[in-house]
This record gives sequence, C-alpha cells and structure tokens, in this order.
Amino acid sequence: MYSQDFIFILLFVVLGLALPMATLAMIGPLLRPKHPTKEKLKTYESGLDPVGDARVRYNVRYYLFALMFLAFDVETVFLYPWAVEYHNLGLYGFTEMLIFLVLLAIGLVYAWRKKVLEWK
Amino acid sequence: MFHWESTPLTGLSFLGMVIGAVVVLLIALAVVTYAIYFERKFIGWMQLRIGPNRVGPFGLFQSFADILKLLIKEDVIPDKADRIMFLLAPVIAFVPSFMVLAVIPFSSTHVFTAGLNVGVLYYLAISAITILGVVLGGWASNNKYSLIGGMRSAAQMISYEIPLGLSIVGVVLLSGSLNMNVIVAHQAKMWFIIPQIIGFVVFIIAGLAELNRTPFDLPEAESELVAGYHTEYSGFRFAFFMLTEYVYAFALAALATTLFLGGWSGPFLPSWLWFVIKTAAVIFFLFWVRATMPRMRGDQLMSFAWKVLIPVALFNLLLTGGLYLL
Amino acid sequence: MAELRSEEMVLNVGPQHPSTHGVFRLVVTLDGEQIVDADPVVGYLHRGTEKLAEDLQYTQIIPYTDRLDYLSSMLNNYALVHTVEYAMDLEVPARAEYLRIIVMELNRVASHLVFTGTYLLDLGAMSPFLYAFMERETIVELFNEICGARLTYNYMRVGGVKWDAPAGWLQKVRDFIPHMREKMRMYHNLISGNEIFLDRVKGIGVITQEDAISFAMSGVNLRSTGINWDLRKNVPYGIYDQFDFNVIVAEHGDCLDRYWIHMKEIEESLKIVEQALDKISEGPVLGKVPKMIRVPAGEYYRGIEGSRGELGVYIVSDGKDKPYRLKLRRPSFVNLQILKKMLIGQNMANLIAILGAVDIVLGEVDG
Repeated sequence: MYSQDFIFILLFVVLGLALPMATLAMIGPLLRPKHPTKEKLKTYESGLDPVGDARVRYNVRYYLFALMFLAFDVETVFLYPWAVEYHNLGLYGFTEMLIFLVLLAIGLVYAWRKKVLEWK
Repeated sequence: MFHWESTPLTGLSFLGMVIGAVVVLLIALAVVTYAIYFERKFIGWMQLRIGPNRVGPFGLFQSFADILKLLIKEDVIPDKADRIMFLLAPVIAFVPSFMVLAVIPFSSTHVFTAGLNVGVLYYLAISAITILGVVLGGWASNNKYSLIGGMRSAAQMISYEIPLGLSIVGVVLLSGSLNMNVIVAHQAKMWFIIPQIIGFVVFIIAGLAELNRTPFDLPEAESELVAGYHTEYSGFRFAFFMLTEYVYAFALAALATTLFLGGWSGPFLPSWLWFVIKTAAVIFFLFWVRATMPRMRGDQLMSFAWKVLIPVALFNLLLTGGLYLL
Repeated sequence: MAELRSEEMVLNVGPQHPSTHGVFRLVVTLDGEQIVDADPVVGYLHRGTEKLAEDLQYTQIIPYTDRLDYLSSMLNNYALVHTVEYAMDLEVPARAEYLRIIVMELNRVASHLVFTGTYLLDLGAMSPFLYAFMERETIVELFNEICGARLTYNYMRVGGVKWDAPAGWLQKVRDFIPHMREKMRMYHNLISGNEIFLDRVKGIGVITQEDAISFAMSGVNLRSTGINWDLRKNVPYGIYDQFDFNVIVAEHGDCLDRYWIHMKEIEESLKIVEQALDKISEGPVLGKVPKMIRVPAGEYYRGIEGSRGELGVYIVSDGKDKPYRLKLRRPSFVNLQILKKMLIGQNMANLIAILGAVDIVLGEVDG
C-alpha cells in the first residue's frame, strides 16, 4: 500500500529525532558534567582571544555556485520522470531530452566561458 | 506482521513497522560503530600500525569506549554562539542521514524497507537536508574555522549533488523505475555496473565528495581549518556529526550496492549476506582511498565537479539513452 | 561581474594549530578565502640559546644546539664544534671526521623524511607520514646506539666525537642504505605521481631567484629557484671535498621543486654515507684537545649546509673559556622571512602548502 510506506518513513523521522533527543536532552545531562568557565566558553582561535566576530560580511565566492546549482538540480529532477518513462517514449523521448540537455550544456559552457567556474 | 507493504494497516502491521524501524536504527548504529573500528584497524594496517587493540579482544570495544567517553564529556556551548541553532544543527544533520535508510532494500524479502516508487528521488532529496545542518553548525558556532568549513561544505555538497543525481539517471533509465526494489530486480541478469560503468565511477567520486571524505575532506581539513564546521562542538553533539558522517557512508555504500552492484542478489548465500558483503566492499574502498590520497584544493574541487564530472555524467546519459534505443 | 562589498576577516593561524609545526603564529587577513595580508609572529618557543651560551663553556653549549633544529641535532652539534675547531685550529682524527659525516648525512636523511611526511600530512595524506617516520625510526635507533639519545644527541665534541661506533654499527648503517633506496622507490610510487598532490604543489608558492637572494635564503629553498649553492660544495668544510655527490638544483622555485629536491637529496646523502663507510678506518675518535677549551680572542664565523639551509655559528671570543657572544644563523628563521610576500594574494588552502614547503622548525626559528 502506498500510504503504508510513508507511515514507515514517518517512523524513521520519529526515531531519528528520538535518538538525539534521548541522548542529548535526557540521558546526556545526567551523565555529563557542567562546569562552564569564561575561558572555556570562548570560541577557539588557535589558543588566542578571537579577533573580532566571525559573522562578518563574508565574501562568498560560492554564491555563484549556488545559483548554478539551482538551475542544474532542477534539471536533474526533470530528468528522472523522463528516465522512468524512457522505454515507452523511444526516439521521440531521446530527441526531446537531447534538446533539453543541449540547452543546459549551452548554459554550462556559457558559465564556463564567463569564468564563473574559475576561482581567482 | 512484517509484510505490511501489501496488507492494510492494522495494529499488528504497525507494530511490525515500529520493530522494523528500530531494527534498522540498531543496524545503522552497529554498522557505524564497527565501520569506525574497522576503518581505524584497516588504515592502521595499511600504515603498518596495529590500530586499536586495547579495549576488549583486538580492540573490538574501542568504539564503544569512545562513544561512552563522548557521552560523559561536557557539552560546551560557546558564549558567542547562536544557542538554539548550535543545539539544533547536529540533529538537523543526523535525522536525514537515518531517514534515507528507510528505502534501502536490505534483503530479498523487502523487510524493513519502504518500497517507495520514488525511492531514488527520496534519497537524494532527503540527504540534501544534511547540508543545512552542516552550514548551520558552522555559522552558529561563531568561529572562523567553523564558518569557512561550513561554507566549504555547502559549496562542495551542492556541487557534487548534481553529478551524483545525474549518474543515477542512467540506472533509472535502464530499469524504468525509481523504486529500489524494482531496480534490484532488474539486475538479475547483469549488474548495472557493467552498462553503467561511467555512471558508477561518477557516482563513487561524487559520493566521496558528498561524504566529505578524503580526497574531498576539505570542510574538515584538519591541517587548515582545525576541524572545520564542528570545531566548537564537543561531547555528544560532536558525536552526532560523526554519526551522521558514518551513517551516510553506510547509506551511500548501500545505495551503490543497490543501484550498481545488484543489491542483495547473488547465488548460494542468503540475500542479506550478499548485501552485507557488497556494502562492506564499498565501505572498504572508502577507507582505502583515505589511506592513499592527499586532499584536493577548494577551487580544484569545484572545477572538477563542474568541468569534469557534470559533462561526463551528461555524456553518459546521452550514451545510455542512445544505446538503449538500439 | 560587479564587485560586491565584503568585509575582511582577521584569523589567527597558530600558535595552537595543527599544521604550524609547533607554536608558530600567523595572523592572516582574509577576504573570502583569499589572503590579503599575512603577518608571521614568532617567539613562542624562544629560549634565549644565544644568551645562555654566554654563560657556558663551549662543551656545555653543545646540548643547547641540539634543541635548535631538533630534527637535525647532529648538524647543529657540528656547526658549533666545527667553528670552535676552526677558531682554535684543531686537528680532528680521521675516524671522527668520517663518523661525523655518516651521522650528519643520516640525520639529513631523517630530517628530509620528516619534511616529506609532515608535508604530505599537511596536504591531507596520512600514510606517507607514518611510512616516513618508520624509516626515520631506523635512523633514530642507529643514533640511539651510537650516542644513547634519540632526539637530542649531544654527540660531537670539540676535536672529535664523544663515542666510537659500537661493534657492528657500521654494518647496520651499510645495510640501511639499500633498504632506504628501496623505500625511496615506494615513496615515488605513492606520492610523486599522484595527480592530486601535483595539483596542490605545482606552480604554488613560487620564489624568484632575485627574491631568494635578497631574502638571504639558503638550502633547499634557494636551490629550488635554480641557484646552485651548497656549502658542502661551494665552501667545503670538514672532509666534504673528498666525496662525490651532486647538488640538486631545480628551476621553477615552486613547492613541487622543493619536494623533489628533498627527495633527491636523501639519495645524495645516502651516496655520501656509502662512500664514508668505504673510506672509514680504525683510529681514535677524539683528538688532542686542551683540557680547558679556550677560543683565542677574535671573531669567527663558519657556515655549514644544514638540512634547512646555511647554519652559521658566529663566535666573538675574548680568549676566555666561554664565548663573549655567540650568534647563530638559523636557516629556518631566515627562510621564513619571505613567507609574507609569498602568502599575500594566495588562497587559504595554499597557505598550508606554502608554509609546509618552506620547511621551518620552530625550535630553530625561535632560537
């Protein structure tokens, strides 16, 4: 039954949550000591007092990768239903997907040529 | 009571499900415990060392000792950290790692397996959530190493998500289903590793990167970033990040087994044993790579994903589609 | 691409950091993962060896030199005793000279092995480190047999060496050479052709010849830029002129070249040891030395080719049994000065590759 599988998965969610809950929130506090000191609660920076804050306006070079990821990940998801139905689609499906992939390949080549994939 | 898949929901089948889920959890924990032990042992042998040998016979209880140690360690939450996010991050990272195990067919009887007809997609979708936990952990720590580590992780995992996804499409195409049970059944004559050898190579490489394992272990590059995104984590919270990593190693090995190595199918031996053997072989490969390779550099890592793996995966897809027509 | 405004981040790498090889501190200013400024801070391991020496007799200084570059103590020992011998114009017995050459070159091999191992460990490969330390262990055991110590040997004396080689020791060294050559092949198989390794080090951290000279660099770092300068050949000291070996010179001055020079120098050192073993004869190991060693008044400098570059000892003496002033030219410290110039503009991940390849030992940097 279709719904049964999802009940099973729901059980996994519950168990997955229960394990950290039990160990971190219930059993853990009984076992572990709690003696925070000022020095102990400092963030680690090679044994020195941290200079400034870590949450600065960080230069995220990965930003463009994130944008690329969005485009390509959605594409991958589109490919799955096509792959499942491929044996019924035949040559028609192949040409369709060929066009789709070529369009994306052009996108990749474009990004490549624009040096988005470079890391200066 | 364990064949709840085909029967209407009753109290008994629900109990079966609960038992099944608990068993999978215990299996996962046991696999992780001994994967860590064997990793240390194997890498020790590869490096002409002995490896753990003090706790129990042959050091077999070493991992238990480590877990116990972590459990009784103080849970330090830095002053400057974002408290709630800091506390939640390991849980967010861990839960999906366990959830993905729900769709892996461990044996021919389909016990303890949700036969989702979107199994493959489910795996990819759920596993992506872990990235969130990693980034949050890195950001919430308010530590510079953690932040850089978290950012690197995110960039790396999303970049390798795509080749990983694309490499599986070939398998889906050949079997015409996203259901893992069906995929295994399709490999009765021939394992998909043979027609999908390019896909398999891409899958393993992208998988290594997804797992943040050598040579792609940049996010926790010890020599640069101390411990990457989990620098500030201690005690059992740290243990959950490690647990996540190793549960994924297990899950990915299981996925590789299911998709490319014929899953539980094999002659003579019981199906679950075949599954164990194949999964163990893949996990061993992960250890082996770790003992051999240096680490890649961030930019090389990124350009490798985009300039090599993705084009290769796309080519593989076209090749598979073309050959399938013929 | 429009420039987005981003803030710079100041990050302390060290003193307590896994890959600064001790307690070296580097204050880097990062923009993203790009290094815009780097400021090395040294002195966390400073023990004032030079000042302490002013209060010590020459023989008493020798153990202090052990603790400078603790990976090649034999060479440090030699630098000091050689300078004193040079100042006093002492004759060293032939057997002692050969023993010195053997232990020094073995020590160079051990030190270069540690470089290879730790460098690869910095780059993320775990196994070469353990392999390298195993070979080093053999050498360290050999040293243990000859002088009773594994790290701080305190082996040499003014006018010779403290102990003669125990029975069978020379044969053990002889057996070690083919073994080590065999292992070198293994290292090359494991490391030298690894694509990931090559990508990490090729063209990274390039030092130009002009820079190398103006920063007074020496040793492997200098030779990697293509300058043929090895004190063993150019300013021969001891009995080095009797040996046939090559000075390894590269041309690009990048990290890969430095790695290769280290590897090839191990082979050259083995050659020297082999020749020394052939030539060594029986005899005393400690020459005729006055009971109280007094360096005649004056200033003396001798430089030797240490495992990291020119290791110089400069003695100002007023004729007493203790130096008036002892100055050590510590190659790690001198070589380190170029670091800032090399790092600016680099990626964070290259930091480790560059720092590792300069090959510093903190005991020597801080003195």
